[in-house]
Amino acid sequence: MSNLVDVTMHETLRSTFRSIAPAVEFCSLRYYEESSERLSVRRGTVSPPELTVSCGAMITVVVQGAMGCAASSDLSPAGLSELARKAQHQAELVRGRALVDHRVVSMPRSSGQYASRVARSTRSVSLGAKYGLLREIAAACPIDPRIVDWGASLWTSTATQAYFTADGAEIEQQFHRIMPRLSVTAYADGESQTRTRGGDSRFCRQGGVEVLEAFHAAELGLTTADEALSLLGAPNCPTGEMDLVLMPDQMLIQIHESIGHALELDRILGDERNFAGRSFVTPDMFGSFAFGSPLLNVTHDPSRIDQFASSGWDDEGAPAVREAIISGGILQRALGSAVSRARVPGVPVAATARAPSWNRSPIDRIGNLNLEVGASSFEQLVGSIERGVVMSTNSSWSIDDSRNNFQFGCEWGRVIRDGRLGEIVKNPGYRGRTVPFWRSLSAVGDAATFEVMGAPACGKGEPAARIGCGHASPACKFSGVSVFGGLSS
Amino acid sequence: MKDYFLEVAAGVEQMTRSDEVVLSWFAAEESDFLRFNVGAVRQSLAVRQLVWTLSLFHDRRRTEASVTLTGHARADLAALEALLGRLRSGLADVPEEPHFLYEHRVTSSSQETEGSLPELGEVLDAVLSSKGLDLVGAYAGGPIYRGFANTLGARHWRAVPAFNLSWCLYGETPVAMKSSYAGSTWNRGLVEAKMGFAREGLASLNEPPRQLTPGNYRAFLAPEALAEIFAALAWGGFGLESRLSKRSALLRMIEGDASLSRLVTLKENARDGLACAFQREGFVRPDAITLIDAGQLAAPLVSPRSAQEFGVETNGANRDELPEALDLEPGDLAERDAMAALGTGVYVSNLWYLNYSDFSACRLTGLTRFASFWVENGRAVAPLEVTRFDDTAYRFLGENLEALTIERHLIVDDSAYGERSTSSMRAPGALLRAMSFTASARSS
Repeated sequence: MSNLVDVTMHETLRSTFRSIAPAVEFCSLRYYEESSERLSVRRGTVSPPELTVSCGAMITVVVQGAMGCAASSDLSPAGLSELARKAQHQAELVRGRALVDHRVVSMPRSSGQYASRVARSTRSVSLGAKYGLLREIAAACPIDPRIVDWGASLWTSTATQAYFTADGAEIEQQFHRIMPRLSVTAYADGESQTRTRGGDSRFCRQGGVEVLEAFHAAELGLTTADEALSLLGAPNCPTGEMDLVLMPDQMLIQIHESIGHALELDRILGDERNFAGRSFVTPDMFGSFAFGSPLLNVTHDPSRIDQFASSGWDDEGAPAVREAIISGGILQRALGSAVSRARVPGVPVAATARAPSWNRSPIDRIGNLNLEVGASSFEQLVGSIERGVVMSTNSSWSIDDSRNNFQFGCEWGRVIRDGRLGEIVKNPGYRGRTVPFWRSLSAVGDAATFEVMGAPACGKGEPAARIGCGHASPACKFSGVSVFGGLSS
Repeated sequence: MKDYFLEVAAGVEQMTRSDEVVLSWFAAEESDFLRFNVGAVRQSLAVRQLVWTLSLFHDRRRTEASVTLTGHARADLAALEALLGRLRSGLADVPEEPHFLYEHRVTSSSQETEGSLPELGEVLDAVLSSKGLDLVGAYAGGPIYRGFANTLGARHWRAVPAFNLSWCLYGETPVAMKSSYAGSTWNRGLVEAKMGFAREGLASLNEPPRQLTPGNYRAFLAPEALAEIFAALAWGGFGLESRLSKRSALLRMIEGDASLSRLVTLKENARDGLACAFQREGFVRPDAITLIDAGQLAAPLVSPRSAQEFGVETNGANRDELPEALDLEPGDLAERDAMAALGTGVYVSNLWYLNYSDFSACRLTGLTRFASFWVENGRAVAPLEVTRFDDTAYRFLGENLEALTIERHLIVDDSAYGERSTSSMRAPGALLRAMSFTASARSS
């Protein structure tokens, strides 16, 4: 079957694992190998290429209902045998003191393969050509002496995972991911304004070089620099209660922080209360709670092939299936692992146990969480507003530890007055509470306003684990939102 | 582990050609992780990881790669030789880099902190000894290793046995007593004392939480809360690169248009921190660098790359020019007098999720977390509903900073993204004449 993991490695892992797997209630091995490359150009000067190759395995066992895990990069037979022994030791230590009796957890037993769809591999492009592209983008930025900093970068990654259970499950998955980024800073009179495209919480996808075409890299330098300069001369965003249109590169953070994290089942069950936080959502809300207006339709969609967190299975081996999370505003499903699901059997759960690498256990994570398109064109969204603001590109995010009280800032704003777009405004921000905000969703943009984006560095867990999530959304209109601007003159 | 590091470093030296220089960075740990929820173990994990980074310099070009290793020197040297070959083959495609700089002096150091880490069974006994508590938290423990070597002969080594236990106790309300205990030598008595203190504190959380109406309030920030503020300021706040590229949140201080209170003197204190004193290009950090001196911006953190680009000396900063051992000088307010000095206002034990609401104005927002209190006449009368603040650091750490405490807490970063952190901050508490709060969680 294998053609994703190196064939010899696959056979060696399988046969070694089968020979060293202890006779316990459950035993799995998850092998993970990732090779990534980061290239960047800053103010016209290259930074050296940074390659990262990370490879290792985690063995998980259940002994008399207690689970233990151990991970290492030593994949020799002796190394894997030691790993199994350590995992057993961990399980035996916590036996009798464990929160969950894993004998009641139904661990998935699936087999199959998944691979990102790649039209043109990033490996088919030479390092020199990639640097050439970055230099070209960056060279278009310094259009004015007030442009004081600019940089372009490109991160690419190929990750391969093999998952075996002692009783026969066998899954291989390969992920090709790509993330370009451009940032331009303009400065005058004691104030800086930065405009970005892509990067930390925006444009990231699965695929190959073809993704860069959707990024419109060739035209970005000039327009991004021009927008940074426009912000320098712009007034601050007005303050007050008004209507708000959020573009997809801000919608993604709104979805991520106030829907995605709020619906992670381990937060709902309190596992994250010491670090990443809890949730205002309670198990009894699923199936009946009006999370948002009837226009709100949110889907967990691992099947969208170009999205950052697409997969065939989650990291516990559960099939990754497109499922409704919120339908017509009503809360339908949580996001979570088999272990969390077993703790609240009545709650419908989309399978999203995910781990970023071999050295962290899968926990309840956001995968691809998308807001479905509506019927309004961008012109209709704007045309329906007497007084409001359009905001795009997240620059600041803050939300309380129950995912309720949030405040977000954006790079770019534009006033709406009597149904027409007005002046550009700087430092736009808004604040609110999760449920009233989503209930104020009053129009959803059509397919022409829809963009596929993501959050590549979502942090959570103890030990902490950073993982990529996908978010796709149209532009959306919210009514009566508390909007504010900056203090800068 | 040190013998292994030295053997592999020598092997890398042997595989290097005469016209090349190769820098090696080694980061390894043997970690046990335990997670707790509702007074029981939620997850347990043991991780052994070794990461070796090679930086190849040749003909004004540099390329770099890191790889996970097994801990068996012979096999790992073969992997590194293959990696070095891959770097060499790609080097011609790499543009010349004008700003690279590495330490040419052949220096060496070795620092192995003594300590005594607990067996996991001991941790479980200590944490779970009190039955019936809604305890949630995490333990991370085990040795952490860092090494630097170059093919000129330099060798630096640091080994520290470290543990970090962080936990919350919940009572009847969603407000928790937060505690932490970190170090290199485990003391069961200290854990029990902290646990007892937290248990007693739970009783104070039973009152209905107090909601604030938006406005300015007197406030006392506990050291853990103040450390969150400085962690946010550190995002580009103290590096030379961000200063000169106008991407610093402290822009107005850089321009001379703003300052903090004279009470604020902040250092990067490499001597007393947990992080290693050397960095990836082989430079050794000085014992201390004053970043803010009596409220005025002082020296920046300067990485080797910035040093080369801007024509100044490096002070051994890491590549991101982020501090790793911040140290805020103490004031003259005794911790025991803090509540009386606060009088009526807000006692903030922890802050959470800070970010900038106006970067150029250094205006920060964030939320209270865990057991924060509304205080009247020096006495905590009710826990505080989670509340958002939104204010400029120039105001609340400037004209409104009334006092800092004499006592300081060492706050060890418990983050473990990819690897366990060794960053820390030593911070006092801060009494503020006013801090601007926008709304409680239920009323915004």
